[in-house]
Amino acid sequence: MKLGVLLSGGKDSLFACYRAMEKEEVVCLITVVSRNDESYMFHTPNIHLAALQAEAAGLPLVEVETAGEEERELDDLQRAIALARDEHGIEGVVTGAILSVYQATRVQRICAGLGLWCFNPLWHTDQAAYMEALLAAGFRVLIAGVFAEPFDETWLGREIDADTLAELRRLADRYRISLTGEGGELETFVTDAPFFTQRIVVDEASVTYRNHNGRYTIRQARLVAK
Amino acid sequence: MILIVDLGYRENSLGLDEFVMPIVHIVREAGADCCIRHFTDIDEDILRQADGVILCGTALRDNLFADRIGEFAWLEGFEKPVLGICAGMQVLTLIFGGSIEACGEIGMTDIRVTAADPLFDGRDDFTAYELHTFSVKPPEPFTVLAHSDRCIQAVRHRARPLYGVIFHPEVRSEWVVTRFLHQNGLVA
Repeated sequence: MKLGVLLSGGKDSLFACYRAMEKEEVVCLITVVSRNDESYMFHTPNIHLAALQAEAAGLPLVEVETAGEEERELDDLQRAIALARDEHGIEGVVTGAILSVYQATRVQRICAGLGLWCFNPLWHTDQAAYMEALLAAGFRVLIAGVFAEPFDETWLGREIDADTLAELRRLADRYRISLTGEGGELETFVTDAPFFTQRIVVDEASVTYRNHNGRYTIRQARLVAK
Repeated sequence: MILIVDLGYRENSLGLDEFVMPIVHIVREAGADCCIRHFTDIDEDILRQADGVILCGTALRDNLFADRIGEFAWLEGFEKPVLGICAGMQVLTLIFGGSIEACGEIGMTDIRVTAADPLFDGRDDFTAYELHTFSVKPPEPFTVLAHSDRCIQAVRHRARPLYGVIFHPEVRSEWVVTRFLHQNGLVA
């Protein structure tokens, strides 16, 4: 089955892509670039680098821009998925949704309307096991946004390795936050994945932070051989 | 041991993680052992070992199970508790002589309990996650337990512990699966 994967640039969409590749044929990535930082549907930090990730994965990218207004941005998502169907012959869509009924419901409805399959391979996954599998598979993931207590600016740009995961686990227990950032506490950016033929190196980035709300914006990045 | 049956379009399909593993997690959390089998791989030995069965749901466009309904003929003579979820409810309906009819719902939906049953733990109404294109016209031995505004939501065999729910209890209604296990003595 030919599938398109909704790509946010973060770990969940790229791990869902990895899972889909194990069982079906992924023929393209699909990104909706939101101009609204508070988008209900679409992850925003570093979304401008989705094209670099697609190139690293050796997959074509279908990219559509949205103003990011609630519900109206769904029309733009539908447009992107329809474009992927028409240009790449996708029969279904894969998302990295874990717990968000809001996101899953809307993507399911769009796919149903377009006559496409919809898969959510991380749906209600065991979050600790998922994070361990992510690292074990060789994903390299940076923290690209923090949006909750207790995260301070030292977390921005930090790579999630075994030590960071252990710290996240302690904080998740203490502050009742989700380990994966599914509750919007964290956003991430993937610089390497097992199916990337090249990895991403960040040459320049800037940090903005205030009151447990910060972003790590990558200004310059490039692909290097693995 | 609870036999958890994967109704996906093929063994180890991309739907396994989405529709089967969350049920496995609930069953294990409730304290029961379980075994996963694809619907094409059910034999007498595994049915003898199973104390109860859960038939899992499938992706919205995955209806292969209905074309291969003969694979589920074992349900006719199976006396132990069964919970059919979405596709599983459709299978129970077809095996006992009912039919599937178009009735689609996606997302959180209000459900009214219309016939009291221990499965619903005294609730008169609740909300649940829906992901289906079809609902059922249940056969005579089944009674309807719950409705939404559009579709039949739950059925039960009148004489045997066979339940069907068209909603997905693994999303925000895990208690339905846990109740099914407890009321049928499948967990302590």
